[in-house]
Amino acid sequence: MELPEMRYPLGRNQLLDLYYFMKLTRELDRQLVRLFRQDKVVGGLYSSLGQEAIAVGTAYALEKQDWMAPMIRNAGSLLVRGFQPRDIFMQYMARAGSPTGGKDNTCHFGDIHGRHVVSPISMLGDLIPVMTGVAMGGRYLGQKLVTMTWIGDGGTSTGAFHEGMNLAATQRAPFVCIVENNQWAYSTPVARQAPIRNLADRAHAYGIASFIVDGNDVAAVYQTTRQAVESARRGEGPILIEAKTMRMSGHAQHDAADYVPREMIRYWKARDPIERYDRWLRLNNIWNAKQKADMDARIDRELKQELELAEKSPLPGPEQTEVGVYCEGCHTIEARWERPADRVQPPKAGVKAAWTIADFGAFEADAPGSAPAASPSPSRAAGKRPSKRAGRGTSRSKPRSKPRAKSPSKGKR
Amino acid sequence: MLEAIREALEEEMRRDPAVVLIGEDIGVYGGAFKATAGLLEKFGWERVIDTPISETAIIGAAVGMSYQGLRPVVEMQFIDFIACCFNQVVNYAAKSHYRWGAPVPIVVRGPCGGGVHGGPFHSQNPEMWFVHTPGLKVVYPSTARDAKGLLKSAIRDNNPVLFLEHKSLYRRVREERPAGDITVPLGQLAVRRPGRDLTIATYGAMTLHALEAAAELAKEGIEAEVLDLRTLMPLDRQGIVDSVRKTSKLLVVHEDVRSGGIAGEIAATVNEQAFDDLDGPVLRVTAPDTPVPFSPPLEERFLPQVADITRTARELARY
Repeated sequence: MELPEMRYPLGRNQLLDLYYFMKLTRELDRQLVRLFRQDKVVGGLYSSLGQEAIAVGTAYALEKQDWMAPMIRNAGSLLVRGFQPRDIFMQYMARAGSPTGGKDNTCHFGDIHGRHVVSPISMLGDLIPVMTGVAMGGRYLGQKLVTMTWIGDGGTSTGAFHEGMNLAATQRAPFVCIVENNQWAYSTPVARQAPIRNLADRAHAYGIASFIVDGNDVAAVYQTTRQAVESARRGEGPILIEAKTMRMSGHAQHDAADYVPREMIRYWKARDPIERYDRWLRLNNIWNAKQKADMDARIDRELKQELELAEKSPLPGPEQTEVGVYCEGCHTIEARWERPADRVQPPKAGVKAAWTIADFGAFEADAPGSAPAASPSPSRAAGKRPSKRAGRGTSRSKPRSKPRAKSPSKGKR
Repeated sequence: MLEAIREALEEEMRRDPAVVLIGEDIGVYGGAFKATAGLLEKFGWERVIDTPISETAIIGAAVGMSYQGLRPVVEMQFIDFIACCFNQVVNYAAKSHYRWGAPVPIVVRGPCGGGVHGGPFHSQNPEMWFVHTPGLKVVYPSTARDAKGLLKSAIRDNNPVLFLEHKSLYRRVREERPAGDITVPLGQLAVRRPGRDLTIATYGAMTLHALEAAAELAKEGIEAEVLDLRTLMPLDRQGIVDSVRKTSKLLVVHEDVRSGGIAGEIAATVNEQAFDDLDGPVLRVTAPDTPVPFSPPLEERFLPQVADITRTARELARY
């Protein structure tokens, strides 16, 4: 078997994993639509259709000690992280056995200790400061972690996105933010959300590195994300990845998406991430039609069993309504120290409380690419900026080759 | 009181390396009111974190750090700015444990209240925005000892706690410094002055006003019992009801505006649990339903005065 050259090589099983999780996500979606039509889904249903490669390829680049926080179109990421289809079925069906016990719906769940997954909320952008905090906290404890979250094109217009990215950048937090540009913020196209061609350009404002990647190419998504994750882990600061894709159904199940031009759907359908990856696997002799059929059958079987399990779970008892508003000793809160805690105590932790301002803030010091000036923090020692080159090989991601816009005069006004 | 707060922070940081501070200008500068002065020198950049002007990011980051098992204490430079991160507080932090079983042990502390001519954006009392949000606890001390003891309890609590410090008390309340590791449990009121004729329930800076009023009323033969609520959520309903059973009359005083203030909630509780014991209506002295105005005559009219309390108490005593 000759595989194309990859910066981060994947074995056959791993390559098939990527297919498995994408296909599992899609079939899970299909089952959920069926359940929705049978009135078994309580509330809205949000599909990942067309975006499976991003959810799977990005989450697959994380290590066990890393943390992630999904958004509603990241069912695939949750599956990669070890949640079962039954968890998602039960969430949508509001069952007692769901990860939130029926307290919340959709992909709004998490698992701090086992899987290091943080739950999203409906308000967009809020996970960016939260995951920045998880990264800062983990680094403080001495963990070699990276945190990741996703946001849509529309969500990048929120204040929380900006505040979070800016804080992550000033803290050089080991954080990777994936912008899933699926062209539509509910019914409004991305051009009406932001007057820029590439949302990755927003990274300039934070002085951080960014990538643009074809979000329908799972191998490229994985390679690019892995590169970003490694860079963040080395302490080179946060990274923003824009993955270009297309939301192939409505905002939610109730939305027929009539506002989307039909040609646009046709264009993206021809670039379906799962079909494309299957072709790629065959082209590279990683599998054949028979092996694919076997895996598809296995996925069908698994989903059937998972759905049976989920449907067995009852709805929660009404008495659960008032349970769990406060934590009064039901959880033990413990920090996982991976460095001696006395390092953060006096006298060892002591510093001189004074800023050092490089070049006194003179105009010359503001040359593009210079490290942030004021910061005596040991945890953000001025390091090299991360490389802006995307992975070679299968990656179809474009390097960020556009030259930086000349910064406007920062002299006295 | 300021000293007590600083001491509580330092002692908790020494006791538990999971306690970190995050906020604007809290490190090198030591905080706008100097509540964190000297802590950066002792604990370093990783534990006393100066941030950009980004209240939303500050709360978000604190929540994230708390998921790592840390206990961040956030400073809002003025509590009014908590409006900038309202969503993070009420939708993210408050609902985390209920929704998915992830406790958020953070404290958000900051100076609140009027009387220092701070104007509409440096004088507010935002407690009821948060009392009305299940999942949050709201603490509002009136003495230095309580400030220290309640802050320590808040830091050790597993829930998001809003810790309100009336800025006029920072340097006004000068007690002997409460030494050592004292804690004051959340959810218990304190009887600041016992009395038999009527109960005045209040909190924060108004406790001092109420005590002054009670001293004056005593000269006229009216013995008012003064309750300092100390925490508004959880509210010590039993303590209030017990006092009303004894005095049969209740006056609630708060610096917060009238409509939707805690007085309404307390009146409803007393109606439900001690109606038969009442010998008169539950009355209240509060700020009017206006923003906090800037100019001294306007602000003086806005803030409840000692004379307002004595006048209303006399009225109530006549029943």
